[in-house]
Amino acid sequence: MILVEQLSKTYLTTKGSVSALDRIDLQIATGEIFGIIGVSGAGKSTLIRCMNRLEEPDSGRIWIGGEDITQLSGRRLRKARQKIGMIFQHFNLLDGKTVYQNVAFPLVVAGHPRERIRQRVREILDLVKLSDKEEAYPAQLSGGQKQRVGIARALANDPDVLLSDEATSALDPETTYSILELLKDINRQLKLTIVLITHELEVLQHICDSMAVIENGRIVETGPVAKLFLNPKSDTARRFVGVMEQYRARRGLIEGLGEGI
Amino acid sequence: MKNDLFELLWEALRETLYMVAWSSFFALLLGLALGILLVVTDKGHVLQSVPINKMISFLINGVRSIPFIILIVLLLPLARLIVGTSLGPTAAIVALSIGAAPFLGRIVENSLKEVGAGKIEAAIAVGASPITIIFRVLIPEALPALVRGVTIAIIGITELTAVAGAIGAGGLGSLAIRFGYQRFREDIMFATVLVIILLIQSIQWTGDGISKSIYNRRYKLE
Repeated sequence: MILVEQLSKTYLTTKGSVSALDRIDLQIATGEIFGIIGVSGAGKSTLIRCMNRLEEPDSGRIWIGGEDITQLSGRRLRKARQKIGMIFQHFNLLDGKTVYQNVAFPLVVAGHPRERIRQRVREILDLVKLSDKEEAYPAQLSGGQKQRVGIARALANDPDVLLSDEATSALDPETTYSILELLKDINRQLKLTIVLITHELEVLQHICDSMAVIENGRIVETGPVAKLFLNPKSDTARRFVGVMEQYRARRGLIEGLGEGI
Repeated sequence: MKNDLFELLWEALRETLYMVAWSSFFALLLGLALGILLVVTDKGHVLQSVPINKMISFLINGVRSIPFIILIVLLLPLARLIVGTSLGPTAAIVALSIGAAPFLGRIVENSLKEVGAGKIEAAIAVGASPITIIFRVLIPEALPALVRGVTIAIIGITELTAVAGAIGAGGLGSLAIRFGYQRFREDIMFATVLVIILLIQSIQWTGDGISKSIYNRRYKLE
């Protein structure tokens, strides 16, 4: 279970201070896929990056599996991070390492023996269906394959939580779909809690159990995904769902015309 | 008298190679340390420390401001302390290493700064320590650029050996000045210049070759 309490962060810019996160409260159950949606600049990226302290919150607490992440530092923080996997929009793979070495990296960091690493990397590459690419370098892979390596790397240390920072935003729709399917599989097979942020409603609709809508650094709506689609309350949610409905209606109209002819 | 040409050249070339090899080695060690420290103590990096960063930067600029020929003279006592003499190629290595280290430090800094912030974040996110990030992420990721930069620096060091040669270090530069210039031996002057050109070219080719092979392995599509 992930618990976020009164999380706040303010950025100082040349134009003054901007409140990126404003007293955020959030509760994410173990084993669910939790989506956080918002427009650009709403604070969703800051929020997810606070969960593994890539970003330092000004105040508030984040409990992951009973441990207060905000109170850790040094070695204990690094240890905690080993159990929080993260995938990125631009994959962030190491170009100088092969697929095998990229996936092995977190295991090397954790100090596992060589044999154990080999076994685990093989296992995890098999899970993301990249066993034939072990010796390839990231530059030789497609976007979807790169993200699979990213996912494999994030899962290597058998984490309790997977954070996904716009992981499908740089991918085409078909690849996005396959990556989402993979995340869904992993969630089921490994009983892994997944927190993902996105600005694509389809992503929420496709794999998330619960969601939160973030607007100007505030959580304005939270609950099961179905609730958002059936009864959107916040401006952001209405706008998102409205756009989707519009397209759906227009497509229905065009199809209808087709039948008429 | 002309038959001494090859003997003189060979002797001078050996001295130059000796100076370049050892100076490059020590300058690279010092330069790597300086460059890495500059990068990791920078704002927002894994070992952020503004005072240390400013101090190293100031030190580098300071040493780089001193004309090399003056630096050699200033470092003569240090050379005597370390290698026991202030004359000859071995003594010159002390000044060459210290003179070239700040330049290498900047080159290393530049190469390491090219490594994308996202890669470092990914390493932080898996729980890597700053040391791991330096040696398993920063340096390997920057390797092609590092090799190119170090090649430039080694060529720079080769040029500096000629300056050191003017005040008693030996080597090709010294040969060109003592025989070619001061004794009007044009044959030695031209031959020396030719050897230096070949030397510089082969250093550049070697560097380009290594950098290209690393690059091809990583980025060439199969």
